[in-house]
Amino acid sequence: MKRLVPLVIIVVVLIATVGTTWIWLRSSRQTANENANANSANPGSNAPGAEPPHVRGNASAPVTLEEFADFQCPSCGAYYPELKKIENEFGDNLRVIFRERPLVPPHEHALIAAQAAEAAGLQNRFWEMHDLLYENQATWSVGSDLVPIFVDYAKKIGLNPDQFMKDLNGETVAARVFQDGKRAHAYGIVSTPTFLVNGKEAKGDSWKSEGLREMIKQAQRGAGK
Amino acid sequence: MSAPVSPSESQAKIAWPYLAAALLSLMGLADALYLTVQDLTGQNLRCTIISGCAEVLGSAYAHLGPVPLAVLGAAAYFTVFSLAILAAFGYRLARPLLATLVAVMFLMTLWLLYLQAFVIHHFCQYCLLSAAVTITLTVLIAIAFLRNRQTLD
Repeated sequence: MKRLVPLVIIVVVLIATVGTTWIWLRSSRQTANENANANSANPGSNAPGAEPPHVRGNASAPVTLEEFADFQCPSCGAYYPELKKIENEFGDNLRVIFRERPLVPPHEHALIAAQAAEAAGLQNRFWEMHDLLYENQATWSVGSDLVPIFVDYAKKIGLNPDQFMKDLNGETVAARVFQDGKRAHAYGIVSTPTFLVNGKEAKGDSWKSEGLREMIKQAQRGAGK
Repeated sequence: MSAPVSPSESQAKIAWPYLAAALLSLMGLADALYLTVQDLTGQNLRCTIISGCAEVLGSAYAHLGPVPLAVLGAAAYFTVFSLAILAAFGYRLARPLLATLVAVMFLMTLWLLYLQAFVIHHFCQYCLLSAAVTITLTVLIAIAFLRNRQTLD
């Protein structure tokens, strides 16, 4: 009988653990849903993500292209001019959302670059910093102390440098990068750049610029039905 | 000259590190479950003592493929709890299994501490708590091992 005591203890703890986790998950999900309903800017998706997201283009466009990217990733830098062309081609029919997905490692400066963009976002200059970071990727990527370089960029786009410095390592910026990371995990995104067209991931040939254009056109046709 | 030790006294001497390990693993389990729930519900987890939770838990290392590392931690701590309870109640086979598992967790802890210090450059308090629990567990199991050997001698 004594031999059964440890087994009883283990089973009791197992039941208590499963039960507590289940109750905890339920109440946390409820809280998360209430928060998402209160300030959602992402139609049709319950996945987490920084709120409000960085959006460029027509807010009521029929097609949403959501990009998960890393400012230090060479493929993201190479795709950047192509994506600008795509934005221009589709005009008011396309809105673009940018999500942070810094891949550290292999990109040792990816996180601080994401923080710089988010800190600029707090002063409403996210896209200006986004463009500068991509256009100068080859320069800052090989640097060692990036803060002075990013402060220089901040000044260039008219930011308050003191506020920028304060925000760079602040809680708000960290929380935004974290939330976008959560969203990437929710979608199972492990490489950059990854594109979602109206919530559907562009894979294989659709990832290439021509394929992405085709996918946007299809989404446009689908939205027009 | 020391008094002779009765078998029940000797069993109790061996058992206490295992019981302490079982209690401690419950603390690790609670920590890992908290992180799991936060991860699965997409909650924004903030450090209250130090800053760095967002950076560490939002990094690529917080998941092993699609599985949050915290889930693996919770499973490991529950297994430690079970084996420690079995070991404390005299199940001899549980002892080497427990020692092996704790050794693996200890090595994993060192790796995660290295990542926080030198790769992510941020620390997360919940991860540090888990590291402290695993290191203490390693010490307890080492004590248990030594006492066990002394008794056999």
